[in-house]
Order: sequence, then C-alpha cells, then structure tokens
Amino acid sequence: MTEVVQKKRIATASLAGCFGCHMSILDIDERILELIKVVEFDRSPLNDLKKFTKRCDVGLIEGGCCNEENVHVLQEFRQNCDVLIAVGQCAIMGGLPVMRNSIMHSDDPLKECFDEAYISSPYIQNLNHQIPNDPALPLILDSVYSCVEVVKIDYQIPGCPPNGDMLWSTLTALLNGTPESLPRELIKYD
Amino acid sequence: MTEKKFKFTIDDQEIEASEGQTIMQAADDAGIYIPRLCDVEGLRHQGSCRVCTVTANGRTTASCTQPAEEGLEVENENEELLNYRRDLVRMLFHEGNHLCPICEASGNCELQAMAYRLSITQPTKFPYLQPVRSLDASHKDIALDTNRCIRCGRCIRASQDVDGKGVFGYVGRGINRRVGVNGDNLADTDAEISDVAIAPETCPVGCIIRKGIGFSKPIGKREFDLSIIGDQPPGGSDD
Repeated sequence: MTEVVQKKRIATASLAGCFGCHMSILDIDERILELIKVVEFDRSPLNDLKKFTKRCDVGLIEGGCCNEENVHVLQEFRQNCDVLIAVGQCAIMGGLPVMRNSIMHSDDPLKECFDEAYISSPYIQNLNHQIPNDPALPLILDSVYSCVEVVKIDYQIPGCPPNGDMLWSTLTALLNGTPESLPRELIKYD
Repeated sequence: MTEKKFKFTIDDQEIEASEGQTIMQAADDAGIYIPRLCDVEGLRHQGSCRVCTVTANGRTTASCTQPAEEGLEVENENEELLNYRRDLVRMLFHEGNHLCPICEASGNCELQAMAYRLSITQPTKFPYLQPVRSLDASHKDIALDTNRCIRCGRCIRASQDVDGKGVFGYVGRGINRRVGVNGDNLADTDAEISDVAIAPETCPVGCIIRKGIGFSKPIGKREFDLSIIGDQPPGGSDD
C-alpha cells in the first residue's frame, strides 16, 4: 500500500507585475517534478484557476497594487492562504509601476498620468484621443502600493525577478517547515 | 617622532592602534571590517550615517569618528548591532526612491550591497516616503537624481576638500535635509566629470550619474553582484 502524502496547496497571483516572477518559478527547471510531488497548485495563472477551490498553505504574490482589482485579489489571497509571500521587488516595494508615484507632482496627478499615457505622448496612436473608461476596466488607484501596505505579508523573496534557485530554496525550506534566512550571496534586488 | 602604539579589543580580539586613529581605522589596519556608508578613505570623517555603530565600553558610538583608546572594549558583531544597522539601512531605503530594478547603479551601489551584507529581506514597519525631487540633467556629462541620495555627504566633502570647489552642500534641516548644488542647477556650477566628487567611488548610490556609461558593465557582473561588501581583502572595499 502506498503512503498517501498530504500535498501542500499553493496559490499564485500576478498583480501589477510583468509575470517575470512566474517565469522565474519555471526556472527551477526539472525540479518542478519534485515540487509537484509535494504540492498541488490551487488558484494560479499557471493552471488558469480563477477562484480558490480550498484553503491554501502558501500564497505567492507577484506585483504590487495599482488598481482596485489588485487590492481585491490580494485581500482574497490573505483570507485564503496560511502563509503569504511577496515575491519580487514589485510586490515588496512597488517596483517599476511605483515610478508612477514619483511623477505625481501636479494638482491632478492621475489625469496628468493618463494624459501622458494616452493623449499627449508623441509615441502613441490614439486617434479618438480618449482615455479608456470602459466600466469593465478596474479603477486605477491614486498611487501604486506595495503588498505590505495593503495586507499582512509573512515573508518576502527579493529580486527582479528572484532567480529559480532562490525561489526553490525558499519554497523547500518553507514546505519542510524550516523557513530560514537566505544565504546572503543569493540576495539580489535587481 | 615615534608614534605611540597601544592595544584595545574588538569582539575580544586584541588589535594594535596608534594615537590619533579612529576605531574604524585601527580595525581596517587589523583586517576587521566594520560596515559603513558615509565614511570612505581619503575624505574626512563625518559620522552621519551611523551604520558603523559599535559599542565601546558598552556605549554605542560611530566607529568612524570615535578615537581608539587603550584598553577599549569594542563590540562590532552582535545581534543588537546587526539590528541597529539593519534598521538604519532600511530607513535609508524608505526615505528615498531606491528602485533597484531601474537604477543604473544597481550592483555597484553600496547601500544595496550593505542591505545584502546585512541580509535585509523581510517586511518592515517603515512607510515608503517616496520623495518627488526634480532630476537635474542640465550638465552635459553629469546628471543628479537626489531622490536616490542618502545624504552621506561624500560628494560634499570630496568637492570641498579634494577638488577645492564646493559644488555640493547640504540645504534644509531634519527630514528635509538634502544635497543641493552651488547654483541654479548643475550646469551653473563648475562641476566637471574629472572631479573627485563625481568619481564613481564617491557617490555610494545612483544619485550622481555619469552620463553615457551607466550600463557599460552589465548587471550581474558588477562589483557587489560578485562579492559581499567588506569581504574583499583588507582595505579593498575602500580602494
């Protein structure tokens, strides 16, 4: 009789990120076969599950919050995951999208940002000069927030993106119940 | 004149110092690294970043300005000091816009390297202040992004004491203190690319930018991508 191993459940999400961190998860290469022996993926863009099916042990968040949908997803992850991990610089401190905050110097910063993005930039082709305003589009936030500003984050894995080895060593340590600090040679913020 | 020599201890290791040396200088001579950001060889000591905080006979002090004394018992490596240093470096990260993925200094940046050395990875209680200061790209060879400044004052001291120009200086007080230039913008000053104040080893972060050479060495092959700051052979980190 084979022993039934209780698999840990992992959920992942990409908020205001570039999916680079998810790509980096795939950089663990053939070790993904070992991973899949001990974990099961729940809600994740990797399996295209849009909703949680069960409570998860670990949630991996890529990207910060730049619109209301990001906030809702992040809050759902917090509610449904025992351990929530911010993966990559965008989730940790806002990353590239947070550059938007530093151009917020005018009286109506969001309008200026949209104007630059959709109307006044010399490099765009937007013939009707409209800022996208379909009701289906999530509302954009006044500025970009890191995950830790929105919900409680248990761990952070820095990097842009964190490399496969770093994700592997952190995840295995966590799954074995022995989360420990990374060797400092592996810590990179870029 | 013979220099008076005496002995004191750092983390219970006895080392020799000569009169007039600071704790940090004596430690450097003995091959013991004390983390630092505002202190760099060749410039006068300022003692403003406090990352080099040690305890001397039980009291915390900046080792780059505190003179070594006979019989002094200095502690450099312990959990409490590590956490002080971590908090100091974290606060520097939170005060400015230190977006490593978009900064051309990434990998050569001493602030980033210090965070690596101190193993700073976990969430903090500090808010991001996200300053909005305008970029000064007026000079033909140099750009200045003071959103990345950590106010170490190395450029100020280099410009005043080594170049004899005084291009840079502090303006404002408290949290509003920042580095300003001696003119409306950098092009108005007599700053030149050959100044010591503009040299890559002077600015520890990506605030003073030498135009046109930012990515001549790719990310991943830069100084602190390859080694931990302070782990080079003695004296190597400051050369």
